[in-house]
Amino acid sequence: MIEESASPPDYGLEQPLAPRRTRLEEFWLLFRQNRLAIMGLIIFILFFCIAFTGLLLTSGSDPVFDPSLVRLQEKLRAPFSKPHLETLRPNEIPTLGIYLLGTDDLGRDVFSRMLQGAWVSLTVGFVAVGISVIIGIFMGGIAGYFGQRHIRLDQVLVTCLLSAGAALVFFNQAKWGAVLLVLGHAYIFYLLLMRLIAVRKIPPKRFELLHLDTISIDTLIMRLVDIMLCFPSFFLILTVVALLPASIYNIMIVIGLTSWMGTTRFVRAEFLSLREQDFVAAARALGVDNFRIIFRHMMPNAIAPVLVSATIGIATAILTEAGLSFLGFGVPPPHATWGNILSDGKNFIFDAPWLTFVPGFSILVVVLAFNLFGEGLRDVLNPKLRERH
Amino acid sequence: MLSFIGRSFIQKIITIIFVSVISFLIIHLAPGEPSQVDPLNPKFTPEVVERFRKEFHLDEPLYKQYLFFYQDLFTGKTVSWKDNQSVLKKIWERFLNSLPLFILGTILTWTLSFPVGIRSAIFRGGLYDRSATFFSYLLISIPGFFFAYILIILVVTRFHVPVLGMETFGISDASWPSVAMDRIWHLLIPSVLGATAGIAVLSRYVRSQMLEVEGQDYVRTAKAKGLPPDTVHYKHALRNALIPFVTMFGLILPGLIGGSVIIESIFSWPGIGRMAYEAILARDYPVILTVNFVSAVLVLVGTFISDILYMVVDPRIRI
Repeated sequence: MIEESASPPDYGLEQPLAPRRTRLEEFWLLFRQNRLAIMGLIIFILFFCIAFTGLLLTSGSDPVFDPSLVRLQEKLRAPFSKPHLETLRPNEIPTLGIYLLGTDDLGRDVFSRMLQGAWVSLTVGFVAVGISVIIGIFMGGIAGYFGQRHIRLDQVLVTCLLSAGAALVFFNQAKWGAVLLVLGHAYIFYLLLMRLIAVRKIPPKRFELLHLDTISIDTLIMRLVDIMLCFPSFFLILTVVALLPASIYNIMIVIGLTSWMGTTRFVRAEFLSLREQDFVAAARALGVDNFRIIFRHMMPNAIAPVLVSATIGIATAILTEAGLSFLGFGVPPPHATWGNILSDGKNFIFDAPWLTFVPGFSILVVVLAFNLFGEGLRDVLNPKLRERH
Repeated sequence: MLSFIGRSFIQKIITIIFVSVISFLIIHLAPGEPSQVDPLNPKFTPEVVERFRKEFHLDEPLYKQYLFFYQDLFTGKTVSWKDNQSVLKKIWERFLNSLPLFILGTILTWTLSFPVGIRSAIFRGGLYDRSATFFSYLLISIPGFFFAYILIILVVTRFHVPVLGMETFGISDASWPSVAMDRIWHLLIPSVLGATAGIAVLSRYVRSQMLEVEGQDYVRTAKAKGLPPDTVHYKHALRNALIPFVTMFGLILPGLIGGSVIIESIFSWPGIGRMAYEAILARDYPVILTVNFVSAVLVLVGTFISDILYMVVDPRIRI
């Protein structure tokens, strides 16, 4: 007994106390249990590879698979059919020797067109969501972190001055517009100068009105979100895309600019709660600057819901692009997208069903993969659900 | 309560003013003008274009155009540039066409998603739940136009009924049962299509709400008391899980005018979505702006109603 009590009890101090698994391993262990999400991830990776090789193989002046090569004598051939070699010139023979997914009404190889379209779907999804996430993080971060500050009356006036000046320049009244612009910039320059030489004296009485607080930044941004949510989104996208010249970049930008509101709300909510936490107070007490607090300390903790909504946002963007292409507002022909292959094929729905089913199923599978992967991420990243399962 | 109503009313007025300004700017700052839509048409001599521009105030500066437009809208005098008809009358006619689709779609959504969601929640993790989950993701992910074609092929080849348009051409002479059946067939497929995404999303939401409530202490207590499972599920759990859905009644409202552009184009259904689509193609600005304005008003009214309903249903909410 005495011997036992003399030896110090083993509290396991010899072993390191840190968790044995890293965060990533932990995440992977949880994620692996969700079979649907794993399937989504696999399809997502496959889709990425296919889109990338598709871009390499179908672009350039002499592509391996030519998606725009017209062979009128070979139109509406069924999938897996052999080309009539005797009617084709040597450069018109399909690369694989057969029409893997058939041909369309102009005799173009659907397989090459699908390859070309994959890259469009991928980039539209990623770029549009990238734009919306960047705007959303920026707006949400400002609203959540600096939200309690108020905008001063003079700042509002300068903004009005500058925008009025820009409008006048826009409407061919360059003289007055330039005057207003110069005035506005002069005031901003004056403010910056004052801050630089750090004159912190109380402003004279007659200027007090200019320093009145108007509305808080948080109110401003959240009202902006409310305004954006009032627009019927698909209708708005359709209007803007129809009015602008047809181009893939316009579609990406428009989809991105009309879908940032959800991210803004998530980031703002996370920032509002994170701002009150001790580690942020500690960082602030140490004199860490705002930029570093926001991006190094708070953002990694707020990124989970953004990631989930971005993954699902990619799925939505791909669907939106397909819908626009279907209505004829997508990427201008002859460039192929999955939406316009389907749209072209709808006239032959009973004679050539593969023109509808091949792109339709591809869109379905890719969108489904993104949705399942996103939902799997949500389950793993949500600690509340983790305990329950 | 009254102060909340007053405050949110003022807020919504401000929001709607900004929406009107932004939508006006978006439309008018885009390159091109409606008077240039058809430059090769020999009927469009410069004089005609000039008269056209004067007629519709297109030669005025932008802020005056804005004021003219909304003055016309509120006095009900806005006319379409395409056919000179009153826009509000046009929208009303198309709205009556879209209404049956909307009503049937909403009924389908709300009656189907609750049983599906509740059953998934009660048998969580079972085969039923997993397949329902997979199917709802499938329905969320399927492009509407692709699903429409699958359904068209299925119905046309199986049941040999025409489905495009609002009714079969020349059927009004037939006997009334066949006319009625014809109308139902034409109505059914577009509304099923319109409801699919709604059913999928709503049933997932019902499921997660039910799971949330089933995990509460009072449900465990009820089970521990030895109450029959049906009483526990439907009386104790379901009634509390229903609270968030009451507020969703307000959010249906925008759907009244949002008739789906794609589905209405595929089925040649002369509803609001199709009218808006045609207006976009013809650059018929009054119609586009009016549809936008009305739907923004409906969104705001919908959120207002759902706020009020939430306060009525859940006494814990005090704004």
